[in-house]
Amino acid sequence: MELICPAGTPASLEAAVEAGADAVYCGFRDETNARNFPGLNFSRDELRKGIAFAHRHGVKVLVAINTFARAGAFGLWQAAIDDAAAAGADALILADLATLDYAARRHPGQRLHVSVQAGAANPDAIRFYVENFGVRRIVLPRVLSVMEIASIVRESACETEVFVFGGLCVMEEGRCSLSSYATGQSPNMNGVCSPASHVAYAERDGRVVSTLGGFTINSFGKDEPAGYPTLCKGRFTTPKGSGYIFEEPVSLDAALMLPALRDAGVTAFKIEGRQRGRAYIAGVVRSFRNILAAIDEGRSAPPAGLAAMTEGQMSTVGAYRKGWR
Amino acid sequence: MQLTLGPVLYHWSPERWRDFHYRIADEAPVSTVVVGEAVCSKRAPFKQDHIPAVVERLEAAGKRVLHASLILVSLPRERRQTGELMQADEAEVEINDLTCLATLAGKSFAVGPFVNVYNEATAGFLAERGAMRICLPPELPLSAVATISAALPQVATEVFAFGKVPLAISARCYHARAHNLTKDNCRFVCEQDPDGMPVKTLEGAGFLSVNGVQTLSHSCASLLRDIPALRRAGVASLRLSPQNCDMVAVARLFRDVVDGLLDPEEGERRLGGIYPDVPFANGFLHAAPGHVRTGEGGGSLGELR
Repeated sequence: MELICPAGTPASLEAAVEAGADAVYCGFRDETNARNFPGLNFSRDELRKGIAFAHRHGVKVLVAINTFARAGAFGLWQAAIDDAAAAGADALILADLATLDYAARRHPGQRLHVSVQAGAANPDAIRFYVENFGVRRIVLPRVLSVMEIASIVRESACETEVFVFGGLCVMEEGRCSLSSYATGQSPNMNGVCSPASHVAYAERDGRVVSTLGGFTINSFGKDEPAGYPTLCKGRFTTPKGSGYIFEEPVSLDAALMLPALRDAGVTAFKIEGRQRGRAYIAGVVRSFRNILAAIDEGRSAPPAGLAAMTEGQMSTVGAYRKGWR
Repeated sequence: MQLTLGPVLYHWSPERWRDFHYRIADEAPVSTVVVGEAVCSKRAPFKQDHIPAVVERLEAAGKRVLHASLILVSLPRERRQTGELMQADEAEVEINDLTCLATLAGKSFAVGPFVNVYNEATAGFLAERGAMRICLPPELPLSAVATISAALPQVATEVFAFGKVPLAISARCYHARAHNLTKDNCRFVCEQDPDGMPVKTLEGAGFLSVNGVQTLSHSCASLLRDIPALRRAGVASLRLSPQNCDMVAVARLFRDVVDGLLDPEEGERRLGGIYPDVPFANGFLHAAPGHVRTGEGGGSLGELR
């Protein structure tokens, strides 16, 4: 079981390596990756150095080039693929057919993973990626139960990777334009969701109101912490009442599901959070390292101590348990 | 420039769905009609019995019929439904997920707006495998539409030109959730909202619409005033997505604007009479937020609320 950890900066990469990651994933500082946030990500030189550091510690580096290439600007994505391969990336994480096709032809020996952004949710879709591009691993979308994952693993000719901790998309990844509807900036095209540049907080009638692109996403009383207005985790009104109609402001914590996911045949567990600081990364990675060690040794998993890492937020196991739907 | 009627995305009663298509066959100036259930596999059995008669009526009226595949395929029955559709000899399919490519076996096909075609290289990849027409994702700006259609003159490019815009798909059913039900025991409550369940902000502004596992915009896309620019961009077809309004009248209006018989501004004014109380938007095409309504030259005309 591999533990795949996020690195938004060289400092986080070092923290993840030192805390026991088996592999670290990161992206270039541009629109080619799905965490294109200000102040994050790697220059070419930083990636080369990061890979050298990780390899010295026996840790792999996976490079996410997982947005959908802008029409007329495919060169930017081609360059990202070429440069990541030249830097010695252990795998490229890709979503767009164009990037998969290019990488498979141009770099035939390079290990390719299908990003969660491709939304490959069944064995037929996976077979398509394996047969056409020789991909070695699929990162599964967060829409599947453990039983469904087990059935996919049994039928698929490549490895699978699942998210176990961090932010939770409640919509199928790579198929969501909610953010661009409100702000003009989307995960698929710009590598951002509910971007901070479009967020505002205002005080109205003694309440704090959070908005995204001018739309009210939530409203908080004096005693409530005013959370970040991620669009799908806001409070809205329907004819059936007001509330969190898509999902509450929860994050994913599947620590308790790890034995079931291992038994399902999953190869790698992924932690979300390239936007997180190094202390957070180190804490979460260390916690998961301990849980995995306990599972390996047949001990019951120690209490994770992860609750502190969700920053007071509630957590969920999401679609891994079928009742979530 | 042709018109395509997209699949009905909402859960209309089987009889209403059938009669709607009969009237489209008899009266609407559209050249292509997409039938079938794209959103929720639990709804598919309701339509199944009526599809042959609907297809026959549409084809007798000279319309080309495409069969839509599901957008999100994860359950075994969804795989089976999708595989059977791909292998049905007589059916020309519109694929809404790449799952279909694994089982299409060399047949030519159309690509629906739920497949991520953001650039000419991806469009070319699909064209090499038999894609004859591609309805581009609604969030694409005009510059991308023009680049893709110029790169692939042999493929008919289509844009999402009318209707509430599909924005997301999920494993979770938000209609069931709003009614305190689970997806497995949903009682098909989505049938109560033939135009989607309105989702407003806490301050009462229209924002989104819920359609079972799908989320759409509250505003209605209208690219009527963009038709001259779309023509220059090489767009071959405009997609009209069925709403709970007189879609024959919508199709006639688009046809008249395309044919130069009606001024686009006047067309959109009349469109507001056919589908009232819903703001029109074209922001995505102008690289602006999707809910915005913008003039053809890019100048903001303000938002219609």
